[in-house]
Amino acid sequence: MKKTFILGALTVAAMSAGAASAATLDDVKARGKLECGVNTGLVGFAAPDANGRWEGFDAAYCRAVAAAVLGDPDAVEFVPLTTKTRFTALAAAEVDVLSRNTTWTFSRDVDLKFEFVGVNYYDGQGFMAPKNLGVSSAKELDGATVCIQTGTTTELNLADFFRANNISYEPVPIETNAEGQTQYLAGACDVYTTDASGLAATRATFEDPSAHVILPEIISKEPLGPLVRHGDPEWGDIARWTLNALIAAEELGVTSANIEELAAGSDNPEINRLLGTEGNLGEMLGLEADWAKNAIMAGGNYGEIFAKTIGESTPIGLARGLNAQWKDGGILYVPPFR
Amino acid sequence: MTTLTDPPKESFRLSMLIYDSRYRSMTIQIVALIAVLTLIGWLISNTAQNLADLGKQPSFSFLGESAGYDINQRLIDYENQDSHLRAAFVGLLNTLLVAFMGCIAATLVGVFVGVLRLSNNWVVARLMTIYVEMFRNVPVLLWIILVMAILIETLPAPRAFRGETPEASMMLGDSVAFTNRGFYVPEPLFSRGIGDVHLFGEAALRFDVSLDLIAVVATFIAGLLISGLITRRADRIQAATGDRPRTWHWKAAVIVIPTVAVLAILGFYLGKPELQGFNFAGGTHMRNSLIALWLALSLYTAAFIAEIVRAGILAISKGQTEAAAALGLRQRRIMSLVVLPQALRVIIPPLISQYLNLTKNSSLAIAVGYMDITGTLMGITLNQTGRELETILIGMLIYLTISLTISFVMNLYNDAVKLRER
Ligand SMILES: N[C@@H](CCC(=O)N[C@@H](CS)C(=O)NCC(=O)O)C(=O)O
Repeated sequence: MKKTFILGALTVAAMSAGAASAATLDDVKARGKLECGVNTGLVGFAAPDANGRWEGFDAAYCRAVAAAVLGDPDAVEFVPLTTKTRFTALAAAEVDVLSRNTTWTFSRDVDLKFEFVGVNYYDGQGFMAPKNLGVSSAKELDGATVCIQTGTTTELNLADFFRANNISYEPVPIETNAEGQTQYLAGACDVYTTDASGLAATRATFEDPSAHVILPEIISKEPLGPLVRHGDPEWGDIARWTLNALIAAEELGVTSANIEELAAGSDNPEINRLLGTEGNLGEMLGLEADWAKNAIMAGGNYGEIFAKTIGESTPIGLARGLNAQWKDGGILYVPPFR
Repeated sequence: MTTLTDPPKESFRLSMLIYDSRYRSMTIQIVALIAVLTLIGWLISNTAQNLADLGKQPSFSFLGESAGYDINQRLIDYENQDSHLRAAFVGLLNTLLVAFMGCIAATLVGVFVGVLRLSNNWVVARLMTIYVEMFRNVPVLLWIILVMAILIETLPAPRAFRGETPEASMMLGDSVAFTNRGFYVPEPLFSRGIGDVHLFGEAALRFDVSLDLIAVVATFIAGLLISGLITRRADRIQAATGDRPRTWHWKAAVIVIPTVAVLAILGFYLGKPELQGFNFAGGTHMRNSLIALWLALSLYTAAFIAEIVRAGILAISKGQTEAAAALGLRQRRIMSLVVLPQALRVIIPPLISQYLNLTKNSSLAIAVGYMDITGTLMGITLNQTGRELETILIGMLIYLTISLTISFVMNLYNDAVKLRER
């Protein structure tokens, strides 16, 4: 009796453990919700607004995926993760996709066994210092105390940069951006370093942003993008092509204003394929025909999301720069929808 | 006259495993053992299977790879090209440092507060009660963060020390600076030092030991031993003649003179910190993270130790004190000869677990960015290499080893002081 019970319990446990590694798409559909890993709060990228609704550039991508998969941009559970916990959470299937200004690197892709599905922001690492510190270049930072988030590419780049320039520094490791902000503002560190976009976003929340300068040096390449676990290529395709759909929509002139009209049929076959009125791209992904339409309607195309969350008209004020469409002198260039 | 006969010999039946009380407990234990072993086996195979599915075979080779990150506080030389193993070792030493400092401070404060809580002075006793209740009823993590926040927000930044009319100035003859990055204090230096010995060559666990320090400490300890001999001699003379010779000046001399002499020979001087560029240079930098962690851990643990000490003293019946007083012993001698030796017996076992708690709680270090073994090996290394299982396993082993060592040493001490019954 007892033994059968134990064996039974073991079988149940083994089966449920087995189920966890099945297709992510089925899990998400069964759950009716997308678990999306985001920042612990970086205004403009992902942070809860006054009503507790997560908003931002990275959060918008989560909503687009939820809309593509489930047809509902609000069917997202946002899971705030620190730079330190994000990879473990993704590997342990606590989140389905990680959209958290994460740099695509060789070792994360190959050794940590993740699958980056594209780049949604081409960035680089910069330094921010109070104006009254009187530094105008990162090369003058010999002996400075530098706040860095642990578990990032930032801390590795920093070590490389100071070593290459043969100057010394004192790192102050911190876990979240908020902590770094406190230490930096209190002068417990001289400079703060992270992705330039993150610096702009952080500075925008300061009482007096003009009292701080971002030094001219950009010391690394930081292609930031969403990622999923290795081993479920179908789910990776969905995540990749949702991002591509947002970027392609901007390129093709599909906006939240004209999407209903275009979805009724247009004379551009690529728009028709994208919005599902021609061909069966949605079916190939295992989604509805209007998956991309839903994704774009969630928050607009890439350009709209950018302008709304981090663009020049927002307090963060980032220019498109490298992140403009290839036609406009940037390097956003998505493969064709066909 | 006996009417009792042996019960009829029963043959063994399988059902007796459950219904016969002679076998039942054995049966249950074996079944339970099998169940536990199955569960463990399943956990291991499940983990291995899942890791294999992810394509991550457990491997420890990452320990030999270059770490790539810098660590601010290091007791041994380290730079970002060193291996992850070396980084873990730096972290381990930082853990041991804060645990060691914490245990000492917690014991001092704890004994002090515990004794004062028994004071006849109402105000003092109440104050100590407030201290104990305040500290042991709030999670230690909050204390750590609070102390850190106070340090960062209230103390001046190094740049406040600069300029013609600085907002802040150094203290104690310009030798100590309290900043929100930590305290800069003078460091002991030797102008005619005899150097270091390098242990373990180029290995990841290599470290340097300062011969100067060894020389000074050895001289000091030798002084202590000799002064012990002097005490012993005084005891003998007192036992034989009834007169106790005056010894304190001899004792002071054998401790102080040789130590000072060695310091002088080595050219001892204090290196003062000085403002240079962005920070103070020279001197020893006690980082704010270390201070916050150390203070919070010791004050928190001290609250528990105070209670243990109080309980230990209260466990000795008042009759003992009275009896000792009736024999004419003075108050201090009653404490040291009668009460404490017996109280220690009650105090030490729970004290051991407080030391273990403090050591384990030190793993909260990352909350203030103190780079202990949790911050290096189980923090940055884990994150940069993605080796969750391996790093956590090593980390657990390390904490286990530290804890077992502390218990072992403290148990030896306990054996030494426990009441020997005859
Ligand atoms: N891109 C780098 C750095 C990522 C990073 O540190 N991001 C910061 C600032 S851009 C952040 O997300 N802070 C918000 C938080 O702490 O939750 C990486 O992937 O390692």
